[in-house]
Amino acid sequence: MEEKETKDRAGNLERGDGAPDSATSAPSSRSGEMTVLASPRPGAATGLAREVGLDAPAPDSADQYKIKLEIFEGPLDLLLYLISKEEVSIYDIPIARITEQYLDYLRAMQELDIGVAGEFLVMAATLIHIKSQTLLPRDPNAPPDEDDPRNELVYQLLEHQKFKAAADVLYQRRTIEAGAFTRGATESDKDNPEVAATIFQLFEVFREVLNRQLAITEIEIAREEMTMAEKLKEIKRLVATSHQVRVRDMFEQARSRREIVLIFLAVLELVKELVIRLRQSEIFGEIVLVRREEATEDPSPVEAD
Amino acid sequence: MTIQELKPIIESLVFVSEDPITIKQIASILEGESVNDIEEACGELMEEFNARGGGLEMRVLASGYRVTTRPEFSEYVRRYLKSQPSARLSIAALETLAVIAYRQPITIPEILEIRGVTSTSAIKTLLDRRLIVAKGHKEVVGHPMLYGTSKEFLIQFGLSDLTELPNLEDFEDLMNA
Repeated sequence: MEEKETKDRAGNLERGDGAPDSATSAPSSRSGEMTVLASPRPGAATGLAREVGLDAPAPDSADQYKIKLEIFEGPLDLLLYLISKEEVSIYDIPIARITEQYLDYLRAMQELDIGVAGEFLVMAATLIHIKSQTLLPRDPNAPPDEDDPRNELVYQLLEHQKFKAAADVLYQRRTIEAGAFTRGATESDKDNPEVAATIFQLFEVFREVLNRQLAITEIEIAREEMTMAEKLKEIKRLVATSHQVRVRDMFEQARSRREIVLIFLAVLELVKELVIRLRQSEIFGEIVLVRREEATEDPSPVEAD
Repeated sequence: MTIQELKPIIESLVFVSEDPITIKQIASILEGESVNDIEEACGELMEEFNARGGGLEMRVLASGYRVTTRPEFSEYVRRYLKSQPSARLSIAALETLAVIAYRQPITIPEILEIRGVTSTSAIKTLLDRRLIVAKGHKEVVGHPMLYGTSKEFLIQFGLSDLTELPNLEDFEDLMNA
């Protein structure tokens, strides 16, 4: 029974035939189980795992938990599940009880060696914060509803629920749509461009290919061993003399692939050492290398240190 | 040309076009014909085409006309094409897509706020599947990238345009009912 429900929940989107959100309609038969949760005890991990809707598991089947616990996409999902399981109103969350259960889940997840994502911890902090606020005496002059510390969370949960339902509908649409086929591609110039070239053009292309071949050989011969230290020095010198160096020029003058890599690394290194700055005045524009002390004179819109 | 003359021409164009063909595209081919006439012809054509109740269906997808097989017969078509249903999107990817579809253009941090969980890998999947596209940068600190749904999204989800998305507020009523 328990396992089936979990599958329903997890499989809701996958099958796309479920009610918009099964999380809002927890079966009442589950409510009796919450005592397991409310009183953590030595064997709590097993009990909690069962709460999530697992089979009574063999203790060594930790992998099974991992897979099935992933039904909680995030902290909001877990919260919605707890709220539906407790059969409480989303607009009036018993914050102390839900917080306690939420924390129990995190503990169980840790015990089961599941990495608890940061978002779950952030939510835990939020819950505890809200709980502490509800414990404080209320301002008697404040309007009755407005300063409820739960408001923001409730809003977030409702939003999340709406988008879950929307995702469900999208899934169904896509499944139906995937069953509508279009005819195969016709033969057109796009996929069958005719060759319209003279013998001279062909010859020209052939010559280009040959030249390219030549260039490749050249690169292999001109393989020189340049060190990072040399490159660093060279760039420093360059910047010192010419103030502004276009990065593109440097790359274009490189004689080998290795040198290009060296230039790239050297530039990064110099930026890190605060020797130079990179300046780009527009997106996709020319990147210019500037000596650090000069860079401050003329700030540009886009700068990276 | 009369509407009656326009219809078969448009039908042949819809048949050969690989993407949904828009009124604008049809008008550029039928030079000199008024857009109003073309629109009217398209409407009539679609009505007549679908009234036959055959295996094909003419529909408006991504603001263009397209002929597809009816989903009811997908099983047979698949058998013939020996094709599998396309890869599924994970729940995370679907939820992220829903958030983007309804709140576009939107940044990754804003998606995180709504979903309560980071969506980077889901975003990557959606970009890979060309369901979403980058829509420039937001003019705030850090210039984060804005995302929105693509034309491919409309086609894959059978929508003419974004206004056809079911109303988000209706889901709220549904849940409270």
